[in-house]
Amino acid sequence: MDTDFLIDFSDLNAPVVYLAGAWVTGKQLPEVRIIQEAICTCINTVFLVPGDNFEWDSRLLAFILAAERLCQEHQKKLDISAFPESVQQLYDLAKAVPPNISSPEESHNHWTFLKSFWVGAIETLGFIGEMCIAVGRLFAGRSHMRAVDLLFCLNQAGPKALGILSLLSVLVGMILAYLGMIQLSQFGAEVYVANLVALGMVREMGSLMTAVIMAGRTGAAWASELGAMQVNEEVDALKTMGIRPMDFLVMPRLLAMAIAMPLLSAYSFILGMIGGGVMTTGMEMTLRMYLHQLLQSFSPGDVLAGCFKGFIFGLLIVLAGCQSGMNCRGSSAAVGEATTRAVVQAIVYFVIADAALNLMFYKLGI
Amino acid sequence: MVMDAPKTIEFPVIETRALTMRYGDRLIQKNLNFKVNQGDIFVIMGGSGCGKSTLLKHLIGLNSPAEGDIVYNGESYISADEQSRQQMRQRWGITFQSGALFSDMTLAENVALPLRHAGAHRSEIRDIVHYKLSLVGLGGYEDYFPSQISGGMCKRAGLARAIALDPEILFFDEPSAGLDPLSARRLDDLILHLRDSIGTTVVIVTHELASMFAIASNGIFLDAVTKTALDHGDPNWLKEHSREAIVRSFLARGETEGSQL
Repeated sequence: MDTDFLIDFSDLNAPVVYLAGAWVTGKQLPEVRIIQEAICTCINTVFLVPGDNFEWDSRLLAFILAAERLCQEHQKKLDISAFPESVQQLYDLAKAVPPNISSPEESHNHWTFLKSFWVGAIETLGFIGEMCIAVGRLFAGRSHMRAVDLLFCLNQAGPKALGILSLLSVLVGMILAYLGMIQLSQFGAEVYVANLVALGMVREMGSLMTAVIMAGRTGAAWASELGAMQVNEEVDALKTMGIRPMDFLVMPRLLAMAIAMPLLSAYSFILGMIGGGVMTTGMEMTLRMYLHQLLQSFSPGDVLAGCFKGFIFGLLIVLAGCQSGMNCRGSSAAVGEATTRAVVQAIVYFVIADAALNLMFYKLGI
Repeated sequence: MVMDAPKTIEFPVIETRALTMRYGDRLIQKNLNFKVNQGDIFVIMGGSGCGKSTLLKHLIGLNSPAEGDIVYNGESYISADEQSRQQMRQRWGITFQSGALFSDMTLAENVALPLRHAGAHRSEIRDIVHYKLSLVGLGGYEDYFPSQISGGMCKRAGLARAIALDPEILFFDEPSAGLDPLSARRLDDLILHLRDSIGTTVVIVTHELASMFAIASNGIFLDAVTKTALDHGDPNWLKEHSREAIVRSFLARGETEGSQL
């Protein structure tokens, strides 16, 4: 070991600690506890003194500060006047401002989780209320929304999502057909695969898959966009200009989603059925059989119900995305959190809303 | 607004009465009483974290005070209804720390937004936008997006947007932070010109001493420890004559006798 230390107890009232060798970062250095004994025995002052071949960098000062803290705990003093002037200057600088003794604020509430959940729920209801009022203003013609923003959002929510949506819809259709084929062929009922694909896509998978894609794609993008605007004080700037952020930022997105989602869902139904068709004709059905069975298996009511689901999911995407974006406070980390929350919340909403809508359709006999 | 027509000023442009600000349970500043008169360049001074920006946010109506009142031209903002608040707000221009330009709009669209919102005519909007951008030295940058220009230019464009509607009161949050000395100087000159030519009252949050001494005619010093205002007045005067050592020391960058920040 290059470093060495030696405690000289010759004067019990004022022990001297010699620090010899290289007291630099990266070397194996003794812990500050080694001078505990010296501190405990002395009457009021411990002397730290450089020894032979002495070298130093920040590591030494860290040691000295730690030793000083230890001394303070035992109400003793530390004398470092034997060190080079530069060491003493740095030491004085570090000691110039007394350290903060209070700790960061923490809530002492035991029900933090429940409380934040409750507050979140109330805020969400408030946001829904504000959105409703903003929609009312829109129809009353007193909204601050710009048509150009609506077009811009519509472009984001619609055409740009078509590629990924096509791919996933075709694949989901194929998966449904494949599963159905394996199971139904055991009963010789392969022909009903078409029913499975059609109803599966139209009533359930089509709108749900579309919603998940749009939540991950557009909802997250909007959450981070609004979050960044909030952090960058742009939302404050809007407010001070007398423009309501709800009208200016949220409404175009809400309308865009409300228009795009039913259409995208319908598009997804068609592609899913095509995917199913490709899979079944590749196995043991003719295209003619598939199409014949397919067209009999669903009614316009089913399509409407599916599109309605898509519409509701669209509103939920905007609710989750815009609310977490607008509530974003502080730093760039908050923007990331807002994005995560937007997607997670949206997916939770979908599952709940899907269950509720299915129950409603069942009771209404749709 | 014409400056040379002598106008009897009955009320200060801004007056706070026993203003207390909190974030939740945390007290920021208490019992602030100050007046800003017509044509003042009023500077809000203080160390970091003492609540300067918070005070500005209260003055522009983004936060509402825990206690006390803020009065504009004799009319209370706190007890006003939404419509009169809207009218008051339309007489203000605000520039934010980073400019707060809308990133998906060009500079021209940014400056045009408050004009359009106030119902200006399409043809006049274009001319006013060009004029305002020229005022801040950004003529010819109409079609640039905020991401295509420098931070200092964003700030100036933010100023152009703030003065689009010829505000009676202009609020600045750290106007010269992050600007090079020459741009900061130019901005100071611009503020003085605006005050002298159209009589704008200016409220500035800053800790840039040079520009404080160059332009401010009145001010308030907030303290983070006692959580209230330590002193009021012209920074040039406060530097020498403030009754509080902390204020004198702050304004002299700690170079006064024996005081330490």
